[in-house]
Amino acid sequence: MKRAVKKHPLAIRWFHWINFPILGVMIWSGMLIYWANDIYKIGFGNKTILKFFPQSFYDALHIPFRLAEGMSLHFVFMWIFAINGFIYVLYLIFSGQWRYIFPDKKSFKESLIVVLHDLHLTKKVPAQKKYNAAQRITYTIVIFMGLGSVLSGLSIYKPVQLGWLTSLLGGYEWARVEHFTLTILFTLFFLVHILQVILAGWNNFQSMVTGLFVVPYNKKILIPAVVPVQELQVEEKQEIHENIEPEKQKNIVEKTISEKDNVDPDTQNIKTSSNE
Amino acid sequence: MNDQEEIEISPKKLRNRSIVAFVIFLVGIAAAIFIWKWIHRQPEIAGVPKPIRKVLSIDQKVFSKTLSDNHLVKTYPVSAAAKNVRVNSLIGLKSDLDSNWKLKLVRSPGDTLFISLDDIKALPKTDIVFDFKCIEGWSQISHWAGVKFSDFAKRYGLNAQTQMKYAGLMTPDKKYYVGIDMASMMHPQTLLCYELNGKPLSVNHGYPLRLIIPVKYGIKNLKRIGTIYFSNTPPPDYWYERGYDYYSGL
Repeated sequence: MKRAVKKHPLAIRWFHWINFPILGVMIWSGMLIYWANDIYKIGFGNKTILKFFPQSFYDALHIPFRLAEGMSLHFVFMWIFAINGFIYVLYLIFSGQWRYIFPDKKSFKESLIVVLHDLHLTKKVPAQKKYNAAQRITYTIVIFMGLGSVLSGLSIYKPVQLGWLTSLLGGYEWARVEHFTLTILFTLFFLVHILQVILAGWNNFQSMVTGLFVVPYNKKILIPAVVPVQELQVEEKQEIHENIEPEKQKNIVEKTISEKDNVDPDTQNIKTSSNE
Repeated sequence: MNDQEEIEISPKKLRNRSIVAFVIFLVGIAAAIFIWKWIHRQPEIAGVPKPIRKVLSIDQKVFSKTLSDNHLVKTYPVSAAAKNVRVNSLIGLKSDLDSNWKLKLVRSPGDTLFISLDDIKALPKTDIVFDFKCIEGWSQISHWAGVKFSDFAKRYGLNAQTQMKYAGLMTPDKKYYVGIDMASMMHPQTLLCYELNGKPLSVNHGYPLRLIIPVKYGIKNLKRIGTIYFSNTPPPDYWYERGYDYYSGL
């Protein structure tokens, strides 16, 4: 027999994989639209550090002179993006899944450990339920970014009929800046997300397709969450011998922990770090 | 709630579940690619695949329902208006302007009025300072003056005509033309405009008379009006024929 954790409910997998290509179409068509008035850049004074976007970028992707096409795609696929996102949020609320995503009190402190851990700057291993603290914060921000994109998008799409919304966002031109900035942030999120998925490995990726996260059965649980981080470090200090290779050091830690029989079965779900 | 629950599962069952899930996943990807290609294979209506035009007309239905005279474009003090007003297009202005220009108002086939600029200027004057919005994405606060189309319609007895669905406008050389839904045409901020920043329009801004319709993108704000007519079917529209949305309302 194998053990597996029911990690991602079917509905969330659908929302995720529908959103992926749709967001892609929205960003792509958005670039076709943006090209027609591509005034944004990063810089100070007269000095430009980065122009959105360089001509070579446009040429490579065949973006120029496709405003009409971009608008028509944008105003068709916006419905799917908005409706999918709306149902997703309703689902999070009514299924209770929001508990796994919304940050809790500890998340903000813990997210720092996650970042340091991922950068190999600390040996502390962050607590990992379905998501770790940094994931919770990021995924929650992304949901609000989606909402921001819909609202800022609507306010530049219909600035007369939804004039109150446009004013709320600082006026027509500001709303366009906000809409653009959110798109850049989505793209950055996407790049980091892909990198993390690759680093987290196949088991984590396939769980977003199958729903099941397979628990490595033969391996000992590396870090049960019941062992407080401080305690773990004390043990490491006791066991680790300077001359032992890192791989063997790990085994010692592993062994020490696996000998603890008082692991709470409820928290066994909380195991190897999965960094999706 | 049984998620994050750990289950025991036989390796065979786990494998079968994974295979089923991945088959569905790959079929989904194939379906997405197929739908994308199918859309782009469909016959085009004015440069846009038919299914996309259909959704755009739904957009129009959804968003034109909410447009009413109560939705006014935000206005600004005159001091906010730009001194140098951007000229973006000269389509329809390249031929010489007849010095005897008169507005040709087609009330119905066989009932055409020719109206001079002086007659139009004799009507109540309205000015507006608003953020003129181009479909390209830029906007500029500018100050325009003329007669409200709704006042003009009253003066020239267009009651029956304004019950129709669309108004059509053309330049004298017929090289630029737009179609506008009647609700937008009769909107209280829609002007037959003859002044910019308190002076007669320049040729490049549409002398002698142009449309200023703040509830639409710039592409609908036709310069140098030659003819105005009415129709229950959508009049031809220059940018619609080039792949843009017919409604183009804000």
